[in-house]
Amino acid sequence: MANALKARTALGAHDPLQVMVGALVVTERFDVALASVAARRGRMGDLAKAAETIGLPLPEAARHASGEVYAAFWTAPEMWLVEAPFASHELIAEVLKQALGDAASVTEQTDAWVAFDLLAPDLAPLLERLCNVDFPAVVVGYATRTMVEHLGCYLIKHGRGTARLYGPRSSAKSLLHALEAAAHSAW
Amino acid sequence: MSQSHRIAGGQIERSKTLRFHFDGLPYQGHPGDTLASALLANGVQLMGRSFKYHRPRGPLSAGSEEPNALVELRTGGRQEPNTRATVAELYDGLEAKSQNRWPSLRFDAMGINDRLSTFFAAGFYYKTFMWPKSFWEKLYEPIIRRAAGLGSVSREEDPDEYEKGFLHCDLLVIGAGPAGLMAALTAGRAGARVVLADEDFRMGGRLNAETFAVGGKLGADWAAGVLAELSTLPNVRLMVRTTVIGAFDHGIYGAVERVSDHLAVPMAGKPRQVLWRIYSKRAILAAGATERPIAFENNDRPGIMLAGSLRAYANRWGVKAGERVAVFTNNDDGLRTAADLKAKGLEVVAVIDSRDGDEVIDTKGKLGLKSVTIRDSAGRTRTIGVDALGVSGGWNPNVNVHSHHRSRPVWNEEIAGFVPGADGPTGLLVAGAAAGGLSTHAALAQGQAQAIAALTDLGKTAKADSLPEAEDAPVRVTPLWHVHHGKGRAWIDQQNDVTVKDVKLAHQENFSSVEHLKRYTTLGMATDQGKTGNVIGLAVMAELTGRSIPETGTTIYRPPYTPVAMGTLAGRSRGTEFKPTRLTPSHHWAVEQGAFFVEVGMWLRTQWVPKSGETEWRQSVDREVLATRKSVGICDVTTLGKIDIQGTDAGAFLDKVYANTFSTVPVGKCRYGLVLREDGMVFDDGTTARMGENEYVMTTTTANAVTVFRHLEFCRQCLWPDMDVQLISTTEAWAQFSVAGPNARKLLEKVVDQDISDAAFPYMGAGNITVGGLRARLFRISFSGELAYEIAVPTRYGDALLREMLAKGAEFDPVVYGTEALGVMRIEKGHVAGGELNGQSTALNMGLGKMVSKKKDSIGMVLSQREGMVEENGYRLVGVKPVNPAAKLVAGSHFLEIGAAPVAANDGGWLTSKVYSPHLGCDIALGYLKGGDKKIGTRMRAVNLVGGLDTEVEIISPHMFDPEGERLRG
Repeated sequence: MANALKARTALGAHDPLQVMVGALVVTERFDVALASVAARRGRMGDLAKAAETIGLPLPEAARHASGEVYAAFWTAPEMWLVEAPFASHELIAEVLKQALGDAASVTEQTDAWVAFDLLAPDLAPLLERLCNVDFPAVVVGYATRTMVEHLGCYLIKHGRGTARLYGPRSSAKSLLHALEAAAHSAW
Repeated sequence: MSQSHRIAGGQIERSKTLRFHFDGLPYQGHPGDTLASALLANGVQLMGRSFKYHRPRGPLSAGSEEPNALVELRTGGRQEPNTRATVAELYDGLEAKSQNRWPSLRFDAMGINDRLSTFFAAGFYYKTFMWPKSFWEKLYEPIIRRAAGLGSVSREEDPDEYEKGFLHCDLLVIGAGPAGLMAALTAGRAGARVVLADEDFRMGGRLNAETFAVGGKLGADWAAGVLAELSTLPNVRLMVRTTVIGAFDHGIYGAVERVSDHLAVPMAGKPRQVLWRIYSKRAILAAGATERPIAFENNDRPGIMLAGSLRAYANRWGVKAGERVAVFTNNDDGLRTAADLKAKGLEVVAVIDSRDGDEVIDTKGKLGLKSVTIRDSAGRTRTIGVDALGVSGGWNPNVNVHSHHRSRPVWNEEIAGFVPGADGPTGLLVAGAAAGGLSTHAALAQGQAQAIAALTDLGKTAKADSLPEAEDAPVRVTPLWHVHHGKGRAWIDQQNDVTVKDVKLAHQENFSSVEHLKRYTTLGMATDQGKTGNVIGLAVMAELTGRSIPETGTTIYRPPYTPVAMGTLAGRSRGTEFKPTRLTPSHHWAVEQGAFFVEVGMWLRTQWVPKSGETEWRQSVDREVLATRKSVGICDVTTLGKIDIQGTDAGAFLDKVYANTFSTVPVGKCRYGLVLREDGMVFDDGTTARMGENEYVMTTTTANAVTVFRHLEFCRQCLWPDMDVQLISTTEAWAQFSVAGPNARKLLEKVVDQDISDAAFPYMGAGNITVGGLRARLFRISFSGELAYEIAVPTRYGDALLREMLAKGAEFDPVVYGTEALGVMRIEKGHVAGGELNGQSTALNMGLGKMVSKKKDSIGMVLSQREGMVEENGYRLVGVKPVNPAAKLVAGSHFLEIGAAPVAANDGGWLTSKVYSPHLGCDIALGYLKGGDKKIGTRMRAVNLVGGLDTEVEIISPHMFDPEGERLRG
């Protein structure tokens, strides 16, 4: 959306941050649009059909799935967070509302979260210092809510050494500090 | 000083020399040494003073059970008191000090306590310091504590980092002795995820301290071979220097890993210690056993040690604890000590075996053992000169962790010790010496068997490989708890200075239950938790009561197994990172302005924004208030909770949650509402806007954002699961600013794209708008009494929106105001907030009773009508100002009638919130006053006895500014 206002990232800068600590690369993702999609009561079938027409995956519990444009991960029974490229989907909530009609409740979540992509040869030594997720044991595509230093986060495993961590946007600085401190310790 | 007592052999790296200091004197040791082994190698036996009597003490043991050799390790911020020298790993530059002595370890003035021991028997302070009663807390107790205390803290900030983490495994093996190694090997080879944790810095357990063979090679070499194999298995995690401190629920174990304690300074970025939470499907306790002493007169002198420890110092560390050594034992293992010491070239001058009727009845040597007096079976006594004595009273299985869920150990006659009982933590098996299997073969066999059992339980298959050949000697112990001789003191619990006499006294005074015994004598209460003393204490009590040991029973253990530093429990939660911080969208702008911040929960909110020349906070706040009321002010209100409520039943849902009605709010409008608790008290307040037919945005107070959301989820999921309602928090998704003041609309017209005239966007209007094409939301609501709006944009644009409003609205001299000015304006206007929303107040108390609709059911409605809550003369919200405008008010002051005595019976209520009103030119306050609605216009007193204030006040309407609301509807 064209507007005169200049955006700031969750960390307060105009450009997303990338830091390397030991073997870890943390990349702040400023280019992801987010919206929550929750089935209206008794409308899961309608939602599933509508989602299929726009290529929106609605994965099972504790899973993340990617489609061509949209990706989504489960957050609660019949509820998901949907990801899409910000550049094309800044109005993700409006777009989804139109596509899903009254089968779902859709809420914009883009700026409710800070997204950090984590990259390392193996993320287990880092994540075992941060959250109660058995990272080596869970499958690729695993998505879960977890606590990191008292912050409610979502962790999505994209590979042995790749994951995305969503944390509360206002606490981005505290979350980054925890990541950096744990990375110093891990490597 | 040379290492005069170093002998050949041992698992120390002799090619490297480490230098260290103890009580300021320089010594040398080697990698692989503990502080205790290095001091002993240098001929130092005296390492501490006892807790109560300040008796000179040396190490009793060579492990974590140590009661005596407690030191202050390191200096400055890193200083740690009560560290056991027997497990402190030596490093170059280590500095340690003895503790609990003055002026020096060799001459301790408090040693006078030993001479006065008659007065310091168990429970002496319960009897001695009885009067005057008031002296106990202020005089006696502080003196006793100072006299008795152990180490000291430096009071400097610890510069090191601590960490917490989480591990997951199929099998946690606690202890890496022969049983633990065999269990880990069996499970590891079967492919199970294994964590093997050992408190020592060298795995192998007793195998490192023994000379016998396992699988045809030295036990320590066999252990090294197993560890080498385990280290190649990717499914096995070896954790040295890691003490499993407790068994918690559902297979969760706590473990402390000492990452950097063996270094002078932690490596950059590395923590000193990590507290691990280990989630295990099954666990095996292979914690070994602890040798126990025998109580006899003066059995606590430096140089008197557990026999197995004397052997360990010789075999593992190449240290002779003395030149002339004797061994006093009641079992075969003591004989092994004598044989090993002799093989090491020590002069073993006597082996006193109580099974032959021989006993040690006394010792001499103030600062170190000089001689022992022996009485043989014929009653003859002789005194021989020795400088070390090994004592073996048998071995106690380390059942501690197994008892953490209150499982009581059971007595095993064969080994004369307690073994794990039934009802241990679910999924915890026990193997080896911890289970009473005291031979090496038994340890290996049980380790393997329990690993197979654990894996079978998990549906996995493990192979029983042939066991390595190992000694399988029978235990052969004839219990001897204390030597019946003389009237002197024989120590049971060396750390707490509990003697046989103390146990006798406890019995004499009828404290004979084990729980009473523990508390009366302090047996087993110190940092070692009675690892060496408990069983002897119980056995002595059993003798005195004529009961068996099983009949006498035992106390059980709680976590932690060994002491844990407070820093480890805190982890990363310290200093500015004690808790996460939440920053508002305008934070960076506010920092640039030099704003002051206030913590509101985890949020950092702007408190006020000083301008140059303002030296006192009130100047800034007054200016912000006056400027807002004169023209326009902007405040970041992002922190207020925002909950998106959608669904075809959203309106009906809100009608149940709110005391007033929301289903009738038209789309595009908002309404102020009260949420009640079940008990009828006000829970929270805020405005909720209807953004669409089935879509509402609810706002909450900052403080209750999470609790209200949680409440709503509970209502949705548990109370009314059939309603079509979906909830999600959007607090962080939108940056929201209050724009208030006569020029609020004019300023906003400069930035928003739509018509927001009073006709197009009336009071309490709400809707989606755009700001320069950007999606935004506008709400026409006011808590300041001014014409006001709240405008919201996606959070990433919040900073820019603020700057845009300030720039484009510059002609109106906009001011950014903080929470202080916000508070002033809401109190001037009589809006309730934190001081009034205190969880004990009803809508009626707040003057909002009519908001509780009786036409519908809602949470709290019925109970808000209880008798007593609708009292005619109950508390009502009032405004307050001093009769003398110069007088001060203090929040918390109580209302009293003029002339009434300041006693509780005359209490009329209290001031809930107070500010200085620049508009009214005096302090003003809100308060709850009994029958307050009928007292408007009267005079009372606001009395603060703590602050010494007694101020005559006028009771006025809480709406102290623009009571008709003309400004906000303008």
